[in-house]
Amino acid sequence: MPKDHGIGASQKRREDVRFLTGTGQYTDDISTYGQTYCVFLRSDVAHGTITGLDASEAEAMPGVVRIFTGKDFEGIGGLPCGWEVTDKNGKPMKEPAHPVLAQGKVRHVGDPIAAVVAESLEEARNAAEAIVYDIDELPAVVDMKAALQAGATKVHDDLDDNLCYDWQFGSDQAAIDEAFSKAAHVTTLELINNRLVANPMEPRVALGEYNRANDESTLYTTSQNPHVIRLLMGAFVLGIPEHKLRVVAPDVGGGFGTKIFHYAEEAFVTFASRQINRPVKWTSTRSEAFMSDAHGRDHVTKIELALDADNNFIGLRTDTLANMGAYLSTFSSSVPTWLHGTLMAGNYKTPAIQVNVKAVFTNTVPVDAYRGAGRPEATFQLERLVDKAARELGVDPIALRRQNFIDSFPYATPVAVEYDTGDYTATMDKLEEMIDRAGFEARRKESEANGKLRGLGINCYIEACGIAPSNLVGQLGARAGLYDAATVRVNATGSISVMVGAHSHGQGHETAFPQVVAEMLGIDESMIDIVHGDTSKIPFGMGTYGSRSLAVCGSAMVRATEKIINKAKKIAGHLLEASDADIELKDGQFTVAGTDKSVAWGDVTLAAYVPHNYPLEDIEPGLEETAFYDPANFTYPSGAYACELELDPETGRVTIERFAAADDFGNVVNPMIVEGQVHGGLAQGIGQALLESCVYDENGQLLSASYMDYAMPRADDLPFYLVDHSCATPCTHNPLGVKGCGEAGAIGSPPAVVNAVIDALHSGGYTHVDHVDMPVSPHRVWKAMQG
Amino acid sequence: MTKVTMTVNGKAVSKEVSGNTLMTEFLRDELHLTGTHVGCDTSQCGACVIHVDGESVKACSIFAAEAEGASVTTIEGMANADGSLSVIQQAFQDYHGLQCGFCTPGMVMSAATLLKDNPKPTEHEVREYLKGNICRCTGYHNIVKAILAASGQDVTGIAAE
Repeated sequence: MPKDHGIGASQKRREDVRFLTGTGQYTDDISTYGQTYCVFLRSDVAHGTITGLDASEAEAMPGVVRIFTGKDFEGIGGLPCGWEVTDKNGKPMKEPAHPVLAQGKVRHVGDPIAAVVAESLEEARNAAEAIVYDIDELPAVVDMKAALQAGATKVHDDLDDNLCYDWQFGSDQAAIDEAFSKAAHVTTLELINNRLVANPMEPRVALGEYNRANDESTLYTTSQNPHVIRLLMGAFVLGIPEHKLRVVAPDVGGGFGTKIFHYAEEAFVTFASRQINRPVKWTSTRSEAFMSDAHGRDHVTKIELALDADNNFIGLRTDTLANMGAYLSTFSSSVPTWLHGTLMAGNYKTPAIQVNVKAVFTNTVPVDAYRGAGRPEATFQLERLVDKAARELGVDPIALRRQNFIDSFPYATPVAVEYDTGDYTATMDKLEEMIDRAGFEARRKESEANGKLRGLGINCYIEACGIAPSNLVGQLGARAGLYDAATVRVNATGSISVMVGAHSHGQGHETAFPQVVAEMLGIDESMIDIVHGDTSKIPFGMGTYGSRSLAVCGSAMVRATEKIINKAKKIAGHLLEASDADIELKDGQFTVAGTDKSVAWGDVTLAAYVPHNYPLEDIEPGLEETAFYDPANFTYPSGAYACELELDPETGRVTIERFAAADDFGNVVNPMIVEGQVHGGLAQGIGQALLESCVYDENGQLLSASYMDYAMPRADDLPFYLVDHSCATPCTHNPLGVKGCGEAGAIGSPPAVVNAVIDALHSGGYTHVDHVDMPVSPHRVWKAMQG
Repeated sequence: MTKVTMTVNGKAVSKEVSGNTLMTEFLRDELHLTGTHVGCDTSQCGACVIHVDGESVKACSIFAAEAEGASVTTIEGMANADGSLSVIQQAFQDYHGLQCGFCTPGMVMSAATLLKDNPKPTEHEVREYLKGNICRCTGYHNIVKAILAASGQDVTGIAAE
């Protein structure tokens, strides 16, 4: 029987009721008294010098409260980058200014030039259109290779060139050279990891409010991490101390990374509301989102694998160009380096690995973390390469992987991380069981009888979640701690509010987190509520990204609950006239061990707040505890994925027939939610592989700037997925043994799809095709078939 | 400004609106029915689907004035009279057919008209029908499953049980 409560139960989500009845409260649903509306005038060219900007006529238009330009932000801080990467020569990365409103130059289509604040949205729009400005257009730098050529137009005049950093990591040169010099076979692959737009269904919104009476500002914003925004905006941009700044992220309609970052619009509405002493609200349109939300991926890579005569992997070398866009978004610099290079070992015991990454400025929207952030890029190149190697060597791609699996733990990779647990053979066994590989040939024949080709693509992945510990990431350049925090507030009648640093924007924390606390205390989940998203209510935690919520914030919650239990046992001991060492807590009842003497949870909590019979000389009244948790290591989910598809050789169209995912997430709190997270990740990974692409033309114009042009996966593009998480090797260093499941699907699925496409093409005799770049559109497949 | 009169979720409403007020703006700003969401500006995402005289309509693609005299239902009007979740809403919760909840109102509204017109749709028909509703969280798996379950069909055989 599956569990019906506590850890391991597929509890239905309590947050669903408000979302299903239209009573959720998203940022755009909040309006305040005296609110004004803000519209940004954005650059329609990719690169240029602003030679004239006259808002006087627009400012006189009906309803306009004030128009702000770059001049209003002279001397005010720009948007900071949260991670300083050091290049291979020991020099810090180049870190150009990132102004809130353009200071004399525009550097990408969508760069904000001015902002109109007006009584209504329509009046703000009309006035924005009436602002007179001239831009002296400059050549745009779009292609990364061209951006690095000598004499290329510079995105930032004050930098020497467009190279942000040249980073190298892993084994030393001699070890790499030796591996490749003694290799019996070397497989090489050049590929592109396509630029994506995260596209959470809720566009970004920011509402700034200023209270002159106490000099406090409040920012309501669509954020995954309100405390991070408060810290960055308060300390680095606007100079507002934390106690005068409140950041609220209410219901947030999806994030996928793009709502981690501190954006200009947040700083603007906060600043403007203080200037005009009225609330200022900005609601992004979808078109605006395409040109102002940070994009994802956009790597160009050459990767080489050295194998010995027995097909053992002996060396791996990569060269990647990573697009930063025009400015460094909050965590942009860490994505191609520490979130990508450290994962290049994958699931394999390759003894020598070297990763080279050049990060490049271009006249495009900034690029930052998107679901998986660096890890999908690592997995895609490695798993495509291993597949190609198997094909070149004429060996089974699963057998080649199995032969090279890391099989003893802990395992220190040549790229600086130590996997604590895993069982890659187990997930591969499970996958083979799930996909009926033996029946594939029959299914292929059936497809062929219908004039179609059928392909099966398989790959593994490893992920690193819960990036930590803070003292290590600090040495690597992180400018923030990466702990999280939880406060467990037990009320007099025994109900509990848990204030958490993590933010739920689809992950179901309001349901899953109480399952953990209820399990620990033996009380009903309905007595426990989760509070999140408001810096005035929650302790300083770092929010939700990188599949960290349960592994990091959940661990803080466990630690705080342990403190509660310890104190409650002391109170119970007093009430029962026994030593607290003899008190046992089970099913919400405190019992003196070996006796029938007991008090209920509610008796103890009431005593804590009505301390008439209470050991006041030994312990304080009340029952509220906070814990901060800084993990000892990353967690390492892993798994094996398989995609089976049909390819129509007449049109090049690919249809996914089956998709299976065998994941090891360690322990699981709510299986239903975990499976939902995998489904969503798979859809985004399959979307990247088959449909999605963010495209600029050579002038830096964004061609894919709406849902008419950017192919979001729709219901009829995707199959039902077969998912399994029964292979569990619990994390060894956090109290729940959990690993994180939010990004796995997006990391593991793209190579499975492309491997399957290549398999299908080879089965049809198109053996000259060894790679097709994503998205694998019918046009690209057809072109590849023609050679 | 013109006066529009219509029935919204069973209640008569009458308001002065300008000719270019979109139905989404009318519902959200004038009636404070913020369950109807705006996820795009090209009538592609479907987060704003409502029922106008029983048919699914993207509220971003009509003016409020066009609904003069109509009977309009939004997500706020979909629960049972006693406040409990309707069969479709309950199926979405039972089968985890939503995550962030932003596309959900439009999904529920579209699902309701699908099942009205086609009480026992196939998986293929559900997926085809939902083409105009984009979800970024669920990968559609559990949405399709919820709708099939809401139609009374057995979904226990669907992958990933």
